[in-house]
Amino acid sequence: MTDNRPNLPDGFVVFVKRDCPTCELIVPVLEVLFLEESLSAIFTQDDVSFPDLPITSDDTSLELSFLHEIETVPTLIKVEEGQEVARIVGWSREEWSSFLSVEDLEPKDIRPYSPGCGSLSVDPDLQGELQQKYGSGASSRIIKFASAEDEFEAMYDRGWSDGLPIVPPTIERVFAMLAGTTREPDEIIALVPPNLVDLTVEKIAINAVMAGCKPEYLPVVIAALETACNDEFNMHGLLATTMPVGPIIFVNGPVGKSIGMNSGMNLLGQGNRANSTIGRAVQLAIRNVGGGRPGGVDRATHGSPAKYGLCFAEDEEGSPWSSYAEDLGFSSEQSTVTLFPGESPRVIVDQLSRSPDELARSLASGILGNTHPKLVMGFDAILIVGPEHASRFAEAGWSKEKVNEEIINHTIRETDHLIRGADGIGEGLPEVFAGATIPKLRPNGGLIILHGGGEAGLFSAIIGGWISGDKGSQYQTREISL
Amino acid sequence: MTISVLDPTDEQTPSHRTRAQRITSLEGTTIGLLDISKPRGDIFLDTVQSLLEKKGANVLRFTKPTFTKPAPVDLRHEIATTCDAVIEALAD
Repeated sequence: MTDNRPNLPDGFVVFVKRDCPTCELIVPVLEVLFLEESLSAIFTQDDVSFPDLPITSDDTSLELSFLHEIETVPTLIKVEEGQEVARIVGWSREEWSSFLSVEDLEPKDIRPYSPGCGSLSVDPDLQGELQQKYGSGASSRIIKFASAEDEFEAMYDRGWSDGLPIVPPTIERVFAMLAGTTREPDEIIALVPPNLVDLTVEKIAINAVMAGCKPEYLPVVIAALETACNDEFNMHGLLATTMPVGPIIFVNGPVGKSIGMNSGMNLLGQGNRANSTIGRAVQLAIRNVGGGRPGGVDRATHGSPAKYGLCFAEDEEGSPWSSYAEDLGFSSEQSTVTLFPGESPRVIVDQLSRSPDELARSLASGILGNTHPKLVMGFDAILIVGPEHASRFAEAGWSKEKVNEEIINHTIRETDHLIRGADGIGEGLPEVFAGATIPKLRPNGGLIILHGGGEAGLFSAIIGGWISGDKGSQYQTREISL
Repeated sequence: MTISVLDPTDEQTPSHRTRAQRITSLEGTTIGLLDISKPRGDIFLDTVQSLLEKKGANVLRFTKPTFTKPAPVDLRHEIATTCDAVIEALAD
């Protein structure tokens, strides 16, 4: 590695700590090597008198250990012209003999092998401090709360919260979060609305900590924000509208399972950490970095509980159909996140339909009320078909495409009932649309069908959309990369 | 014990802008009327236009492509360079 790390003395150097039984074990070896002038230095991480030899050097600051990426003690390094050329870790008489080119490594009465311990410089509790001191550090401003301040109250006072408590984004927690992605902390993911400011990986990580995410959720949060912050998805409009909508997030592919997302019972409800915190992290980033706050640019008349962040995974294993992502051409090995501009979910109950046709008609009638029964075509929807409903279709051999087509066909209505003033209701279509028929949802893409929910219950869930397409927001999908 | 956290915000302070000079009379001024493309915004603005013209103002009409997105930069620039003031019809 060529870099500007501090040089090490030429020859062989060892990193040790007293609080490591392997290092204690090999002290006699180190003494012999010192007497034979085979070692240039021994860097000690926790006790300057360990081992008690003239070549023992103080690295209790852990600067050298951190900068030279010592992960295990003991680590034996060969140095030429100040630069590392090779290293071995732990203690193995055979390996050390060969590495040092010493045939009879003395003394012989100690155990021939011991794996060593973790270096203090990779102690998770010290990462924040070490990164700050010697690493690239955090770009974000450090805010110190006074000793008399309650940090939770102080964060509320600064307006960082969506109303629920947030986890203090300490440097340690933020660096632990950043370990969840391979992307650089200063990479700009997007311009986040409404203020259109740079959204870096580090800022996302800070907000993900606050939301309660685990590091392994971070790639999903990043992908979701990349998807939200572009002109087509129009996060700005979603914030600013008086309608009660927000980014509804669903995940496909292996990542859902690997991070423990819920796609089954109560998938839209409380109780699952990944479901609950990923959407929240997205919303907190938009709030804190983008400046989108209720009463500010967020003008929702009523808002919705989904605006805390609604995120779930599709149940792929239990589904009789291919997944949503597979329908788009992604492989089953790829993980994706989809953002949809939507309201809170609502149930469609049907406990009596037995044939697929009855059920398709029934679900269609449940969708007619989205937004308003007289408003059609402009608003897409997500239908989360529950397992019991899905089995009605699957047993009859209906593909997902057929279900989609049949449901939309059953939403076709005569526009004479939809125009303004019809049925004594002012809301509706302009009169020029009279005398025609029109479906509630646009036939190509107006209805997303997903599979999910608990095994028992003849229910499906519907999520009504906001204004679709160029005039509003176009839902979209992106692959999640680490 | 004190606790240190990293700032989750954009850390920017909004720049201070001076408001444009307010007009004191409508006579001879050019007033822009911006329709944001919501239903019946045009009816409202037609009425506003006739009232303004009675008071001696020239009126220019503008329309946003969609009410769901901010007005395009070019449109904002056109209004700013051709009008003394603008009235935006916000809603239905």
